Amino acid sequence: MAEQPEAVTITIDGVAHEVPAGQLVIAAAQAKGTYVPRFCWHPRMKPVGMCRMCLVEIDTPRGKMLTTSCTTPVADGMAIDTESEVVQKAQEGILEFLLINHPLDCPVCDRGGECPLQDQTVAYGPGESRFVEEKRHYEKPIEISDLVLLDRERCILCARCTRFSDEISGDPLIEFKDRGSHTQVITVPGEPFVSYFSGNTVQICPVGALTAKPYRFRARPWDLEAVESVSPVDSFGSKVSVQSSQNEIVRINGIDNDATNQSWLSDKDRFSFQYLQSAERVTEPLIRDGDGFRTASWGEALELVSEQLSALIGTEIAGLGGARNTNEEVFAFQKFLRTEIVTPHLDAQLDDGLDHELMAGISPRATVNDLEKARTVLLWAGDLKEELPVLYLRVRRAATALGAKLIVVHPRATGLDDVAALKITYKPGEGPDVLRKLAAGAVGEGDFHAARQLLDDGPVVVLCGRTGLTEDPRLAEAVAAFAATLPDATVMPVVRRGNVFGAIDMGMAPTLLPGRVPTTNAAGRTAVENRWGPIPEGIGYDAAGILEALVAGELKALAMLGVDPVRDFPRPRLARAALEAAEFVVAFDLFLSHSSRLADVVLPVAGFAEVEGTVTNLEGRVQKVNRLTPRPGQARPVWSVLEDLARRMGGELGALSAEALSKEIAAVAPAYRGVTWDLLDWGEGREGVVVPLAEGEQVLAYEPVDAGLRATTSRLTLHLGRVLYDDGMMTRMSPAIAGLMPDARVYLHPRDAGSLAAGSGQTAEVAGDEGTVTLEVGIDPTLAVGTVYVPFNLPATADLGVSDAVKITPLRTEGEA
Amino acid sequence: MTARILTARMDEYPTDSNSLERYRETGGYVALEKALGTMKPDEVKETVKASNIRGRGGANFPTGVKWGFLPPTKPRYLVINGDESEPGTFKDRQLLERDPHQLVEGIILSAFALEVHHAFIYIRGEYPKPARRVQRAIDEAYEAGYLGTDILGSGFDLDITVHLGGGAYICGEETALLNSLEGRRGEPRIKPPFPAVAGLYARPTIVNNVETLSDIPWIVANGGPAYAAIGPETSAGTRLFSVSGHVNKPGNYELVMGMTWHDLIFDICGGIRDDNELKCWIPGGASAPWFVPDLHLETPLTIDDVGKNGSMLGSGAVIVMDETTNVVAAAHRIVRFFAHESCGQCTPCREGTTWMEQILWRILNGHGRPTDLDLLLDVSDNISPGLRWPPAQTTICPLGPSAVSPIRSIMTHFRDEVESMVAASAELADEEGVAVG
Repeated sequence: MAEQPEAVTITIDGVAHEVPAGQLVIAAAQAKGTYVPRFCWHPRMKPVGMCRMCLVEIDTPRGKMLTTSCTTPVADGMAIDTESEVVQKAQEGILEFLLINHPLDCPVCDRGGECPLQDQTVAYGPGESRFVEEKRHYEKPIEISDLVLLDRERCILCARCTRFSDEISGDPLIEFKDRGSHTQVITVPGEPFVSYFSGNTVQICPVGALTAKPYRFRARPWDLEAVESVSPVDSFGSKVSVQSSQNEIVRINGIDNDATNQSWLSDKDRFSFQYLQSAERVTEPLIRDGDGFRTASWGEALELVSEQLSALIGTEIAGLGGARNTNEEVFAFQKFLRTEIVTPHLDAQLDDGLDHELMAGISPRATVNDLEKARTVLLWAGDLKEELPVLYLRVRRAATALGAKLIVVHPRATGLDDVAALKITYKPGEGPDVLRKLAAGAVGEGDFHAARQLLDDGPVVVLCGRTGLTEDPRLAEAVAAFAATLPDATVMPVVRRGNVFGAIDMGMAPTLLPGRVPTTNAAGRTAVENRWGPIPEGIGYDAAGILEALVAGELKALAMLGVDPVRDFPRPRLARAALEAAEFVVAFDLFLSHSSRLADVVLPVAGFAEVEGTVTNLEGRVQKVNRLTPRPGQARPVWSVLEDLARRMGGELGALSAEALSKEIAAVAPAYRGVTWDLLDWGEGREGVVVPLAEGEQVLAYEPVDAGLRATTSRLTLHLGRVLYDDGMMTRMSPAIAGLMPDARVYLHPRDAGSLAAGSGQTAEVAGDEGTVTLEVGIDPTLAVGTVYVPFNLPATADLGVSDAVKITPLRTEGEA
Repeated sequence: MTARILTARMDEYPTDSNSLERYRETGGYVALEKALGTMKPDEVKETVKASNIRGRGGANFPTGVKWGFLPPTKPRYLVINGDESEPGTFKDRQLLERDPHQLVEGIILSAFALEVHHAFIYIRGEYPKPARRVQRAIDEAYEAGYLGTDILGSGFDLDITVHLGGGAYICGEETALLNSLEGRRGEPRIKPPFPAVAGLYARPTIVNNVETLSDIPWIVANGGPAYAAIGPETSAGTRLFSVSGHVNKPGNYELVMGMTWHDLIFDICGGIRDDNELKCWIPGGASAPWFVPDLHLETPLTIDDVGKNGSMLGSGAVIVMDETTNVVAAAHRIVRFFAHESCGQCTPCREGTTWMEQILWRILNGHGRPTDLDLLLDVSDNISPGLRWPPAQTTICPLGPSAVSPIRSIMTHFRDEVESMVAASAELADEEGVAVG
């Protein structure tokens, strides 16, 4: 139970109010309907009282005092005047001061029309300027990063951007320099503002001083159409405002959802919308024609698919994908697979995440806001800064502003190490030993004892996932099992891909029916069959099984929903072989990916902001996504294609609209009972609802087990870790961020580099079980000795795939000894 | 009336008053031996409180009261403000340079009283020689067992660190000083919390001026009441006045308060140069409102009398101006100083001081407009609402309102001169046939 702060009585402009003790005057006034103008104050950052716009008069024993309302907490009996003559004079004065050196180039400023400086000048400012001197001049705009430009003449020096990068994102690369009227925001020479979060500074800039390249001069704010939605980039579920001009998305801003992103976004959330407008989008159905494709009508393409699938109906067909679709779309897909194709082989994951049942059924499951009251956070998962950047911000907040003790367990440096109380670095494969020592609170070896003591100090939030693709997913299960032994811990499964949690909740898994019902649960199966008719018995193959069975010829056909196993499955050679071996492959996709390129038919479908629906994030929070822009060419929503296909095959899905599907979900999926679009759009669910609701039901009772993994050792162990800007479609097809993909390197610990005689910058051959790649060598002293780190899914690393051990062969240029 | 608490030694031994040997020979470190040998920290604290000494940094806050604000939590710090940067103020320099052991002893006594084990002396960056002298004195004190662990066998430990500023006046403001000491930008903090509660590294911290702590050895040696008995009741003790400008004998004077301004300017400082007429003077540093002979010559030099007359004794910097002074130029020079030294965080100070400087510069250069006088006053009002004394402020710290003082002073006492400069501008413009402004 959260403690309720005691209430105090204050008077605002003569009216008495009860407000929570300790609240800042500016926030208390706003909550009671009195807006105090401000520039520097931001509700998600510490107050600095710099702009002085929020001055109010407060009665003190020494008379009325002008005080900044953003730095003053309420006190019982406090009398506040927000509109006295003195206050109004001060407000007018501050605005005049802010305007004297402001260029007033509003007609060509991105902020014009939605500018706090403009708006507050209208409301509180002087009618005319008395300033006849020369204004301040700076070179402008200057590029402070690949994405952000700075105009120091427009800047009003509120320090929102500098505070954000210091306090919130932890990459303080912009700062003030000089002083007085020469004070300016600037980067350190030679160190650009390279941050995964730079776009937030643009959004919170109260003037047009910081602008983002993708939006600059693209639109006037009053011409924008906007809908609320959820970022499709990762499974965190950041709430966004998607904004379009002339039917194209031009901007995405963060919305303050207290439960999730608290207004922040990663730059990938913000700028990757460009992929939707890519000229590479598939806009017409494509049918294989020799090595390439020919365009076809929907009728012809669907007829072909229907024919091919009908011929193989039964257990010889499998389905993959759905983790980047809405719940409604993936629900329709699995229903199609289970009832029309009648196959048990379906998987939304690509052997790159965690156990489906763990993801759907871990208990007690942590919400993101559990981080707000956690005393200890255990992070044993991927590098959040790379995988789930906004969750990284929330953990960072817990470890800094909220004082939680953070323990990071990872094979190399992570973005959170600087705020971690303890860091345990280990060689991949040795995880089981690390866990054993941690559980035992082993004394004398590193920090295990201290870590164990912190973990006994609840509330604890355990974030468990795979540190990289070579990590056995059963290790995360063992970590979850350990968490269950802690006195006061909740667990959050960490898997990053888009709507992967929603897809699993929708039953896009061999072990689960919609709504977190095990396939083996008789009552659950009966309930579904009563509505749908018979569905296949038993537990089908997961992604790895499907691909292996395709290669073995046991499975013959594959339906892929927005999925790219050739790139994302950890064994790319197997994925490619499976697609080549399959007799028939149909892909529902936005692009010709490395995988859909190998399909027989590619069906163009709608993407983000082109359909309405719901998604579910990594805490099980269901939120609404909305439609804003038209679909390109002949692209259609997935559900409508599936309905069409089902009818051609002599069946019916009942997928008449996305909303109709949402109603069926609520009826069929026990965990989603009570979740309606009305609730999410207009009701109490506007911040999303964590399922199951009170009327819902969690049928799956998942108990994590420690499978007793044995530590594996080899001299050089591969760590395949994810990076934010990888070679996925969102990054590759978005020009603004495509260039930000990091250089592909093979990173070695200095000691290993020494014994291999491999130097930084030298090229080396990296040979694993799946493939061999040639990369430049990088030296990384943060690695555990014996660990070889290669970033996953970059153009130059894609062929490597997973393997436990790797062999490194430095390549010598001619003439070298 | 003269008394010698702070400057007797340096006057008597002009070549080596800074040496440990000379200091000891002339009664130095006796108070320390007395305090560490026979007194409890609280007794030292009480002695200082009983002395009624008020801070010599400019705010004149009673030192004993300030010390009483410290909460019991530890560790806590003592910080010595030697960032003497206000135009016309040069008293601490002399104390640092010529009697550093007196300061060091004062610091040790104060640290003992406050149960502090680490003190920091923040010296302005433009004072390399005083900083070297202080460092040498500290080194000698360590060597002699006055600093370090178990000082004089008392069990009391103290380290002193000398830190040189980077050349910003604002770092003389105590919270900006603390930020600077911590390696941050020298910007004043919002109060509360006050340094006594959360100061250096967020720990309880006392910040005292160099002169204040240089008085402590005498106070401990002679007792609080002896000090309180010197001078007027609410302006006890002696203090250093830095007199500069158009007097015949400018310099630092250690004086007992209570004499009149006439006594100071005409008797002690030898009157006005070239037998010119006295026009006005700044009684307590560049941020103090100006005094004029008609109204203030007979005002006594006490903290209270100067305060009642709408100005302040501040840091004891007296700048005297004779009849040849162009007051607009003088005001401009001061406003330019504050504009240059504004830290830049508060809008009114950052923008307002520069704007006022620009307007004054325009008037000085023959481009004044009749509306500029009221504009100057209104801009001033937006920095320091009501233009009253002591000043209200729309800013975090008093630097912005400090720039208002000279403007208010010339508008109050010399408005006709400003008006005639503007009128001359208009005539010039008429002759040249151009619009002014």
